[in-house]
Amino acid sequence: MTAIAHTASVTETPFGVLAALRWAAGRDLRLAMRSRSELGVQLLFYVIVVSLFPLATSPERNLLAAMAPGVLWVAALLASLLSLSRLFATDFADGTLEQIALSPYPLPALVSGKIAAHWLTTGLPMVVLAPLLGMQYGLEGEALAVITLSLLIGSPILSLLGAIGAALTLGVRGGGSLLALLVLPLCVPVLIFGAGGADMVRAGLSASANLSLLVAGLLVALVGAPFAAAAAVRISLD
Amino acid sequence: MLEAQDLCARRGDATLFAGLSLRVPASRALIVTGANGTGKTTLLRILAGLTLPYAGTLRWRGETVPPLSPKLRNDIVWSGHLAPLKDELSAEENLRSLVTLAGGTCDAEGVRAALDEVALLPQRTLPARVLSQGQRRRIGLARLTLLRRPLWLLDEPATALDAAGLQLLGTMVARHLHEGGSVIAATHQPLDLPAASLDSLTLA
Repeated sequence: MTAIAHTASVTETPFGVLAALRWAAGRDLRLAMRSRSELGVQLLFYVIVVSLFPLATSPERNLLAAMAPGVLWVAALLASLLSLSRLFATDFADGTLEQIALSPYPLPALVSGKIAAHWLTTGLPMVVLAPLLGMQYGLEGEALAVITLSLLIGSPILSLLGAIGAALTLGVRGGGSLLALLVLPLCVPVLIFGAGGADMVRAGLSASANLSLLVAGLLVALVGAPFAAAAAVRISLD
Repeated sequence: MLEAQDLCARRGDATLFAGLSLRVPASRALIVTGANGTGKTTLLRILAGLTLPYAGTLRWRGETVPPLSPKLRNDIVWSGHLAPLKDELSAEENLRSLVTLAGGTCDAEGVRAALDEVALLPQRTLPARVLSQGQRRRIGLARLTLLRRPLWLLDEPATALDAAGLQLLGTMVARHLHEGGSVIAATHQPLDLPAASLDSLTLA
């Protein structure tokens, strides 16, 4: 038995958590870079949804500026849902998720790495585009900064909460639409505080309360969601 | 090394098997056979720690291990009926990624040598999407040897392999048994192994 070594000892240390994050995020980012067209589709969807509202409602400047935060947030939520159903589904279909669940690395850390990659490839590009799209709506100065900041803080929450839904709906027929039903209601507070910040600024008030609540939400989701998603992955594999 | 006592597995309302006990000592292979739907894969998934048994206990190296325990999980390598490969990554990248995920270390030479053994060295930079089913299984075989874990759980390892691939599988299993490891395989095709190291279990 001497020829067969034990490999698991390092993996349960804090170093193991970092290595797990790096493995999962690195692999998913590499996969995303090799299928860039899918990312483009999601980003384009975001831009198109945001651009449709002025066409469907009215080009009146005040009305647009009042709608802008809500529209940007709802579009970001819908666009992130588009890609969420694939967060675990491809790994589930090709058997990689079984290997992930059996890895000596802590499963919540591996799941966190996947969520981080999901946010970097879908959430962050939307945050970067937000000022540009906000300007289309006549948002300026502080309101524009606050809406971008609120998306920067809030979009990781969407990925984190979405990951729980994505893991729970694995292998379920019609999982994509079920995922939307599960995740959308959970995202309501994020939506309210996210879009509310820019409204406060437009009304001449401070957005700090809204942003603080978003940060609090992000911290709770960061701590809780990876464990919940990891448990959901185990249940889906059983 | 591995003992299971009174295992019971259910899928929905149907009982797949009950009161199943097995024992796999070092240097021996257990071949699980049985018709489709008799619970071969479920048995292997329970032993791998992916599925919870309805009842029963597992003992690993004389110690009782709770289901999903890392103690057992870190000593096995599970090879399901799918080769867990990413179409976008090359054969070599896939192999490295899987070995790293399992906590193993992989230097470039080791990976090359393992791919060479399964006759995939010329295809190592091709994306897995263009590999045939048999070639994908061969990457799975290379993973088995790189991980160096004591217990191999193989679900239908012979699927899609050609004659040379089957011979390779037999050689690898025989070498693993010779090094003191053990193997539990669910298969319909007989493996090319000396009968002295084989036990068999038929599910009905």
